[in-house]
Amino acid sequence: MSQQRFLLRGGKVLGGQASDLLIANGRIEAMSASISDEAATVLDIKGSIILPGLVDLHTHLREPGREDSETVASASRAGAKGGFTALSAMANTSPVADTAGVVEQVYRLGQEAGFLDVFPIGAVTQGLKGEQLSEIGAMADSVARVRVFSDDGNCVFDPMVMRRALEYVKKFDGVIAQHAQEPRLTVDSQMNEGIISSKLGLKGWPAIAEEAIIARDVLLAEHVQSRLHICHVTTAGGVEIIRWAKARGIQVTAEVTPHHLLLTDDLANSYDPVFKVNPPLRTTKDVMALREALSDGTIDIVATDHAPHTSETKDCEWAEASFGMIGLETALSIVNKTMVESGLLDWAGVAHRMSSAPAKIGHYPNHGQNLTVGSVAHITVINPTKSWIVDRDLVVSKSRNTPYHGYELPGLVTHTFFGGRATMIDSKLMDKVV
Amino acid sequence: MRHLLSINDLSATGAIGILDTATELARINDGQVKKLPTLRGRTIVNLFAEDSTRTRISFEAAAKRLSADVINFSAKGSSLSKGESLKDTAQTLQAMGADAVVIRHPASGAAQRLADLEWMSGSVINAGDGTHEHPSQALLDAFTIRKHLGKGASDLAGLRIAIVGDVLHSRVARSNVLLLSMLGADVVLIAPPTLLPVGVESWPATISYDFDSVIPNVDAIMMLRVQQERMTDLFFPNSREYSRYFGLNSERMSAMAKHAIVMHPGPMNRGLEIAADVADSARSVIVEQVTNGVNVRMAILYVLLAGGPLEVGSN
Repeated sequence: MSQQRFLLRGGKVLGGQASDLLIANGRIEAMSASISDEAATVLDIKGSIILPGLVDLHTHLREPGREDSETVASASRAGAKGGFTALSAMANTSPVADTAGVVEQVYRLGQEAGFLDVFPIGAVTQGLKGEQLSEIGAMADSVARVRVFSDDGNCVFDPMVMRRALEYVKKFDGVIAQHAQEPRLTVDSQMNEGIISSKLGLKGWPAIAEEAIIARDVLLAEHVQSRLHICHVTTAGGVEIIRWAKARGIQVTAEVTPHHLLLTDDLANSYDPVFKVNPPLRTTKDVMALREALSDGTIDIVATDHAPHTSETKDCEWAEASFGMIGLETALSIVNKTMVESGLLDWAGVAHRMSSAPAKIGHYPNHGQNLTVGSVAHITVINPTKSWIVDRDLVVSKSRNTPYHGYELPGLVTHTFFGGRATMIDSKLMDKVV
Repeated sequence: MRHLLSINDLSATGAIGILDTATELARINDGQVKKLPTLRGRTIVNLFAEDSTRTRISFEAAAKRLSADVINFSAKGSSLSKGESLKDTAQTLQAMGADAVVIRHPASGAAQRLADLEWMSGSVINAGDGTHEHPSQALLDAFTIRKHLGKGASDLAGLRIAIVGDVLHSRVARSNVLLLSMLGADVVLIAPPTLLPVGVESWPATISYDFDSVIPNVDAIMMLRVQQERMTDLFFPNSREYSRYFGLNSERMSAMAKHAIVMHPGPMNRGLEIAADVADSARSVIVEQVTNGVNVRMAILYVLLAGGPLEVGSN
């Protein structure tokens, strides 16, 4: 347990009244209008917002296998920089996280890094091939306690495989996180299919390829009474189907990425593969529908889909380039820009969408708790009045593929506390967490 | 103008400047002097990462007639086929001091990447990038149309031009729609719905699925090549059915207006999108397109590398 004591002065919990907050013994020890504590490090955060530590349900940490683009340790630091206290390690590593051995390794690397909790996601099928179920039970019972299973990067396309997976995880109240992409409709697809793709001569990726799988899977989830999570929803039509499913009482949750809340397919006009992402950037109409859905709760959470890539896989022709963009360090600022500043969410809403709701979906213990005396001190502080300019050469992630290079973003994450230990103070990451 | 990547890089005035320059160069070429000293000492690299005989030879002839040094760099047998990145290739060309790179590449946007990333300081000329654009082909097509149908006008106002076939995968179609409409022509695209891109409704062109109804009302018909691989990818049932609805045969040709011309960017599939007797008919300007291609590409190099269009009537 942490011996550190921090006294946060004048911050606004979830944007409410300014008060002091004392962190000690790894927990929130006191919250009131005025606290004095001789032993504590005093941090003046007047005007800043105090949020529960952010929880990402969708992160590519690349280890094991592609340590040249990211490691569990580097992603942990990038996460702390962005205000996260928990990440979920997607299974598409090399080897794939389809056995207890791999998920335990990733979990242990996260604990060793110490900046936040890394909760491994297990593959649904062996090798992400979509054929045989992976060792789902063994991963659930392992030290990593896996509850979220996903073949992300690939769609669990075979409806019988999807049905069996949904049924199987009911044993421990697990959830299948589906990457909704009909493979036959997206062979060699490069970007959203529409006006821009028609002009650029890049092969289209129709919205229907996502929506068809969402529709199928909410019906499957209803039939077998299981929990389904839809990864990175990008289309207005997908939102409509999820809204319908929720109204019907189907146990479906959904996520949206920060980049799909802000960026649109016209960015492909540059042919710069930094904007090449799976699923692709869509149109303004889709972006507006996604914001509305996140506001009204149709979409439950924001997840980064942080996808680091080395420069040689992005510094090339569009069709040759890898899909994906990094997002841990910019996520909260983008949500502030698109949702808070536009009046669609208040800070309590942000805390729900980026902390308590994802923690609940993943059954992550001690995360996403209410900020009350006695809670584990996973805490993020953002100064909403400060803006900052994104510089890809200054990112903490090992990779530089941010689509926001040069953007001025509103809201600077200044402090992150993981279990009462400071991982970042005044926007400076700790060298190590003690 | 430093690069020619897309027809969008040109204004109508700029495009007409290139066509007028080509006209002047053609006039000079038809006289005694085949070679001009304009680009003596300049180096032009033909970077062809995709097979193309006619476009490469056309650019090579154009550069040589302007006295430039030409280096041909083709995919087969070069480092491009050994996994070298576009970036490394570009930096190599830069190190060799290329003043211009004419690039043909299977990836849409490759020419723009080469230009935007400042990997090299010279001009970039797009000689066809994936299914995106082929601006020099559109310019030579406009040149050919103007020569036959322009009645002395500098633009193509009032003309109606049909582009027929695999619009979805055609860089020739994309560049021509942009250029011909910019020069005032009405463009009508004729294809089975499977071979028109989603989003085509935003293009400056009208759409028809019915070739026969359009034929009598157009001044030029531009046939597009149908690639062999389209046969197996569900775009149409078989080649016979394609020919029946979208091929230009002699019966359809006889329904054309008297003055109307037949065009094809080549290489042709005789008997598929165009019947042999149509290709070889008096209406066909297909061989002349090749000739005009050299003059138009000379004009492009002239405008980009010699500082602007040639004044009409100069020597």
